[in-house]
Amino acid sequence: MEKIKTVEELKAICLARQEEEKKESVSILVCGGTGCQSSDSQKIVENLQAELAERGLEDMVEVVRTGCFGFCEKGPIVKILPDNTFYTQVKPEDAQEIVESHIMNNEKVQRLLYQDPKTGEHISDSKHMDFYKKQQRVALRNCGYIDPENIKDYIGQEGYQALAKCITRMTPEEVIEEVKKSGLRGRGGAGFPTGLKWQFARGYQAEQKYVVCNADEGDPGAFMDRSILEGDPHSIVEAMAICGYAIGASEGRVYIRAEYPLAIKRLEKAIESARECGLLGEHILGTDFCFDIQISFGAGAFVCGEETALIHSMEGNRGEPTTKPPFPAESGYWGKPTNVNNVETFANVPVIFLKGADWFSSIGTEKSKGTKVFALAGKINNVGLIEVPMGTTLREVIFDIGGGIKSGKEFKAAQTGGPSGGCLTEKDLDTPIDFDSLVAKGSMMGSGGLIVMDEDDCMPSVARFYLEFTEEESCGKCTPCRVGTKRLSELLKDITQGKGTMEHIAELKRLSQVIKDTALCGLGQTAPNPVLSTLAAFEDEYIAHVNGRCPAGKCTALLKFYIDPEKCKGCTLCARNCPVNAIEGTVRNPHSILQDKCIKCGTCMDKCKFGAIVKK
Amino acid sequence: MGCCSGADQEKYDELKRFIDALPTKQGELIRVLHRAQGIFGYLPREVQVFVARELEVPVSKVYGVVSFYSYFTMKPKGKYEISVCMGTACYVRGAENVLEELRKKLAIEPGETTPDGKFSLRSLRCVGACGLAPVMMVGDKVYGRVTPDMVDSILAECE
Repeated sequence: MEKIKTVEELKAICLARQEEEKKESVSILVCGGTGCQSSDSQKIVENLQAELAERGLEDMVEVVRTGCFGFCEKGPIVKILPDNTFYTQVKPEDAQEIVESHIMNNEKVQRLLYQDPKTGEHISDSKHMDFYKKQQRVALRNCGYIDPENIKDYIGQEGYQALAKCITRMTPEEVIEEVKKSGLRGRGGAGFPTGLKWQFARGYQAEQKYVVCNADEGDPGAFMDRSILEGDPHSIVEAMAICGYAIGASEGRVYIRAEYPLAIKRLEKAIESARECGLLGEHILGTDFCFDIQISFGAGAFVCGEETALIHSMEGNRGEPTTKPPFPAESGYWGKPTNVNNVETFANVPVIFLKGADWFSSIGTEKSKGTKVFALAGKINNVGLIEVPMGTTLREVIFDIGGGIKSGKEFKAAQTGGPSGGCLTEKDLDTPIDFDSLVAKGSMMGSGGLIVMDEDDCMPSVARFYLEFTEEESCGKCTPCRVGTKRLSELLKDITQGKGTMEHIAELKRLSQVIKDTALCGLGQTAPNPVLSTLAAFEDEYIAHVNGRCPAGKCTALLKFYIDPEKCKGCTLCARNCPVNAIEGTVRNPHSILQDKCIKCGTCMDKCKFGAIVKK
Repeated sequence: MGCCSGADQEKYDELKRFIDALPTKQGELIRVLHRAQGIFGYLPREVQVFVARELEVPVSKVYGVVSFYSYFTMKPKGKYEISVCMGTACYVRGAENVLEELRKKLAIEPGETTPDGKFSLRSLRCVGACGLAPVMMVGDKVYGRVTPDMVDSILAECE
């Protein structure tokens, strides 16, 4: 594409693209997010193209590989425009039927339509699906709609017009004022007001300043940022440029996990096409504003999500945090004023300038404006990526959008905020989700991972899982975190292995508080949260473990193996394989297990061909 | 570097060309290590020494960075690299049992390689395919909704 030199040219391209879209009678959108790509969505695109070409339809029907639609549970997703038909769990071999039946004969392929689990009805338009009804897409507005590798598609959605407006019609101060007025808060976890952060960075004088995008999404079970980068990378490029203009920086850096190859590829492509079009580089749109973006790769360290650690890592060092102040706004990357925002925060910025701060702040609750993207996962029917207005209740998220708990089990807890967060339980279901209410409940918003657990999940084991994570990810710089997380994890290990005492529980509480009060950075200070919040809600479960019982039936060391005499055929296979000779019985008669000898290795259970061995 | 069969020399040359083409050496250590691991497959001592010399930084600093980040490895990987996602979504849907089965079948611990160099095993944090949990990968190929009894047939594909 040629260089775009003025705002008028940009608007003309936008209109031309919109006209083009109107003319294209039919487009087939195929999800190209990581989840759907793992289920062969690339092959679906190829097969559709081949089927269309065979029938000479390739010029009339466009096949677009988009970013994530969000409904990962039912992926791969294929959507057909303009009638908005939503096909789920499509296989590459379905391409022929879609083209022959839907495209040529205008007959929808019934068996690929979403079936409402409650009514059994086939639903064709995603707007009518429970999963989408309560969602509002702001940060994800273009994901699953445009081709992320085609800058024209983004420009057709008024892309880069927010940047154009800022650099031609607003002063940097006005830009910051607008972001402040919108009430946007940082989506990376802590919820610091974005406009204020920009104002701090603007306030320091320096010949060079930096805008950094934190795309080091390390929270296990969270994939919001990755989906935004894969589905709408230009929105991040545009927002970083707006931020650069506001704080007076000409250089941007994206710090991204090396484990996200697809997101990296699409971001690189977006930066390259923005440069070609003159939307990055010198004198953007004929103004004096110059801005460019480079990519830095992370190397797998959770602590690098902390902004000072991230900056050290970008400088090629170990990603260890340093005390604040000085804040990065004063002294950050190479000692220069630096503004760090997370991907989702940036994704909200362009739309604030297109629709206005008032529009943005009309969504959400009093102190948390806008929407929040969650990665909904765990024991829930509809796993996926969702975006809801702040203030939506947990009940709506889990039962309306998420479709309730898998296999009809009982809801037990929802974990938000990953290893820094905590558990919400039954009694919190009607709490409106926003930054402050979650903190009040002993959890935190975090970056947006929301893991649902059912009656089969053992809470001390979940706490152990998170503590093993922070123990491994602790950078080792400060003692409370380095030693403290290890001790917490050992205490939890004892408890889940049936070696715990009441003193273990008291020590967990005491040590957690000490770590919270004394650790150097956010990682350490929040590391005890999974312990404290599960203890607050499920102390009885901890006590049950101390008394030798795991109520959820998860902790092998606390379970006993039995042989069901009804099912046992007396084949002797288990007895012959038991490594400690703990099984007795004679041929063709039911066997039994000697509990004091059994080491609970589970070999008998693996070997038994009749399912006669149970553990409880 | 007392090494250097012809093939190794080519790899070192490739790395050197990459380093020489960088506009600046300042702050580029992690970028260079990513490239080095891409070329060599892992980062043995000799490669770390080479990188330190080329970037004019102490070897201790290179080692400090390599050992800090989980993405960098100092051990060679197997021909087939098997990764089990241990993100929370996969964990609550039973990834532990899959890892346990692989441990038994391959008789190695996560982070190790089988003696014949065929398989290496590791656990990783969230590949982002939570809709398919639990997830395991062989190389770049993703297997979703894996149960322990699928492990045999997945391993059998690696021939």
